[in-house]
Amino acid sequence: MANFYKDNKDLKFQFQNPLMKKIVQLKEQDFKDSGKFDYAPCTGEDTLDSYEKVMEIAGEICGDVIAVNAEEVDKCGPHHENGRVTYAPGTQQNQDVLIQAGLYGMSLPREFGGLNFSMVPYVMAGEMVARADAGFANIWGLQDCAETIHEFASEELKNEFLPRINQGQTCSMDLTEPDAGSDLQAVMLKATYNEKTGIWYLNGVKRFITNGDAQIKLVLARSEENTTDGRGLSYFVYDKDWEGVQVRRIENKLGIKGSPTCELVFHNAPAKLVGERRMGLIKYVMTLMNGARLGVAAQSVGISEAAYREALKYAHERTQFGKPIVQFPAVYEMLAIIKAKLQASRALLYETTRFVDIYKAYGFIAEERKLTPEERQESKSYQRLADMFTPIVKLMASEYSNQNAYDSLQVHGGSGFMKDYPIERIFRDARITTIYEGTSQLQVVAAQRYVTNGAYLNQIKEYEKTEFKPGFSQYKKTLAEMAEQYQQAVALVAGSDNEVIDFHARRLVEMAAHIIMSYLLIIDSQSDDSFENSASVYLNISKAWNDERYSYIKDFAPSDINPFVSIKEEIVPEA
Amino acid sequence: MTKTFKIVVLAKQVPDTRNVGKNAMKEDGTVNRAALPAIFNPEDMNALEQALRIKDRFPGSKVLLLTMGPSRAAEIIREGFFRGADGGVLLTDRKFAGADTLATSYALAMAIKKMNPDMIIAGRQAIDGDTAQVGPQVAEKLNLPQVTYAEDIMGFENDKITIKRRLERGVEVVTSTLPVVITVNATAAPCRPRNAKQLMRFKHARTLTEEQDNEHNSYLPIFSLESLIIPEWGVADVGGDEANYGLSGSPTKVKKIENIVFQAKESKRLTSADQDIDSLIKELISSHTIG
Repeated sequence: MANFYKDNKDLKFQFQNPLMKKIVQLKEQDFKDSGKFDYAPCTGEDTLDSYEKVMEIAGEICGDVIAVNAEEVDKCGPHHENGRVTYAPGTQQNQDVLIQAGLYGMSLPREFGGLNFSMVPYVMAGEMVARADAGFANIWGLQDCAETIHEFASEELKNEFLPRINQGQTCSMDLTEPDAGSDLQAVMLKATYNEKTGIWYLNGVKRFITNGDAQIKLVLARSEENTTDGRGLSYFVYDKDWEGVQVRRIENKLGIKGSPTCELVFHNAPAKLVGERRMGLIKYVMTLMNGARLGVAAQSVGISEAAYREALKYAHERTQFGKPIVQFPAVYEMLAIIKAKLQASRALLYETTRFVDIYKAYGFIAEERKLTPEERQESKSYQRLADMFTPIVKLMASEYSNQNAYDSLQVHGGSGFMKDYPIERIFRDARITTIYEGTSQLQVVAAQRYVTNGAYLNQIKEYEKTEFKPGFSQYKKTLAEMAEQYQQAVALVAGSDNEVIDFHARRLVEMAAHIIMSYLLIIDSQSDDSFENSASVYLNISKAWNDERYSYIKDFAPSDINPFVSIKEEIVPEA
Repeated sequence: MTKTFKIVVLAKQVPDTRNVGKNAMKEDGTVNRAALPAIFNPEDMNALEQALRIKDRFPGSKVLLLTMGPSRAAEIIREGFFRGADGGVLLTDRKFAGADTLATSYALAMAIKKMNPDMIIAGRQAIDGDTAQVGPQVAEKLNLPQVTYAEDIMGFENDKITIKRRLERGVEVVTSTLPVVITVNATAAPCRPRNAKQLMRFKHARTLTEEQDNEHNSYLPIFSLESLIIPEWGVADVGGDEANYGLSGSPTKVKKIENIVFQAKESKRLTSADQDIDSLIKELISSHTIG
């Protein structure tokens, strides 16, 4: 009888954000669908009411089904036989119930059987699913592939594939290969066009493919002979019914064990081209990756939420020295920091999601009519915001989910190390979030340019303009000082050679992120007092973190990099 | 032509007695309905799932909910819509008030006659009264066969229905002619979730009484108002002898209600060793506490 939407008022809070009205207007375009579909809304209020009611359905399924199955799914995992994968029984049940509830294809237009929801409720559902079972969140989240088809594929392909998403057909995105992980330009899987049949055929191997035995696959492959870089790659869609892909093995992983991670062999697998040739990596995968990074950020926030709740529950239950351990400063400090990191991650997650929502909605409107110059301008500026916030939300939310899982396990003491409490699973599940869909190190690379070109600073200046309630002037002053300090740190690094700039990149990106997340929590506190504690905790600790980074950068002499560089010469001695 | 069925599901809105707090009972010993959220009776939910499964197997079949209660019980019909039912009727009339199981089953039976279904499926019992009498009484009043403790409606053959019953010491498979009244156990499959599109389609469904009380939600672009109106039937709609309804039709008299507080008289400490658990289970079985 648990409902992961109703028991978490911070989720409902997101629907009250002032931007939601605009998002709904853009998404529903004067509610034109209300004359065509009997489930389309007729007003903004009606739309938000539907969002909330559907979140209640998702929240109930997360609480009563997915969370209940999580332990067994983790233990049992998927099964591999004769080149095919069968889900753990609990995974299959999760899937069946979500299909019955009609929750797949949440963000797709109604003409393709979708719910035409904005990204905010879609991301929220992902967060709740991850809180229930982080591994299952992958199978849920791969419906992102439909977004890519919707955005870039021909009408014919859209009609062929999109209506099947709401019916619950599963997806996978097949990018990684044994020699192409972070560096996707090295993808080798070969796509050959057969002039006679007019069909593409795929040959080669993919590795680490989440949900690799899915019905609908998006595959990155080399379509241009004699090329070696990203410009020779195209994007293909493959249907399991066309046959030609075998699952060679599934990985035995540390965490997210319910999610099948597959090694795939493509043998003359027929496929259809998505969009234009050569645009596979440089355009489509980049878009898909941005969506997937937002998905991992949502997954990370869900894991943080689960970790926080487990820690809080245990800290109240466990008595030592004659009182519940929550009474001890060493424990309540940990809890308050877990909560602050959780709420800061969530604030950044939905801020980013709103930016994505607005520019994507404009993108679809632009297919139907010409945007006005103002609309084009606005769409562009939101896209820029989405692009610069996506790497930091992926970076920060995933790192915090790991820190929170670690601290939550610590609150459990010895019991946390045992298999008896859910926290050990949460701890293992968290670990992948800083790795896949681009490691934290790669998120820093993506974010670095917005440090250099001043985009983060500009956005910080925008937040600075917010009217704060009386009583928040000290916070405002601190934040202005932190912005100033960040600016100085950027300037200190700017003159250095590239090696040193890269060396400090993470420090600078994190400084910007700390300031942005502090602002978001304080802005949220203006409309809801319940955020004030976390805002205060997070701001104070962020200030200390930034002081440390600033101090390191300030005192860093160019020659200080040498001891780091010399590690490159060391090798593991032969036994 | 494929076979289709008309199925009436009996459902009751009940106070959620599963998570009872301190203020669940009033001082006079009656249920404090205000303190307990009103929910769809859990076993009626199992009954609804059985009906929806028949509809899945025989497309074109109709699943209709029938509930008796005050205006707010229209929520039961909406809940049915959200999960895939085709409609329903709210039996509501001051004259129904104060009904015990006998008067309730009379009212339900009169309504069912008007609806003329192939099957009537209900939950075994409601979690407020826990009598398990209404289903069987409805069958008697309609002079229909009844199958109680049903766990699974297995299939249809030669105009007969095959049903698996879950009994104390095993299962039993029975067949019956149609129409039939079936009451379903909590051991049957859980009800499917609310469906997002169904919810958005029918969240504005309401009774005329609700419509009059409520000024918002008047914007209905596609639906004609009619298709979203949940019918309310009173004594005048279902006919029958007025003396059999409500308080006058209810021979049950409540003499006294007592608040029982359980007290632990003796306790035993057990370890988690297999041996201890084994002997505890054996003891509980032999004392008929479980099994």
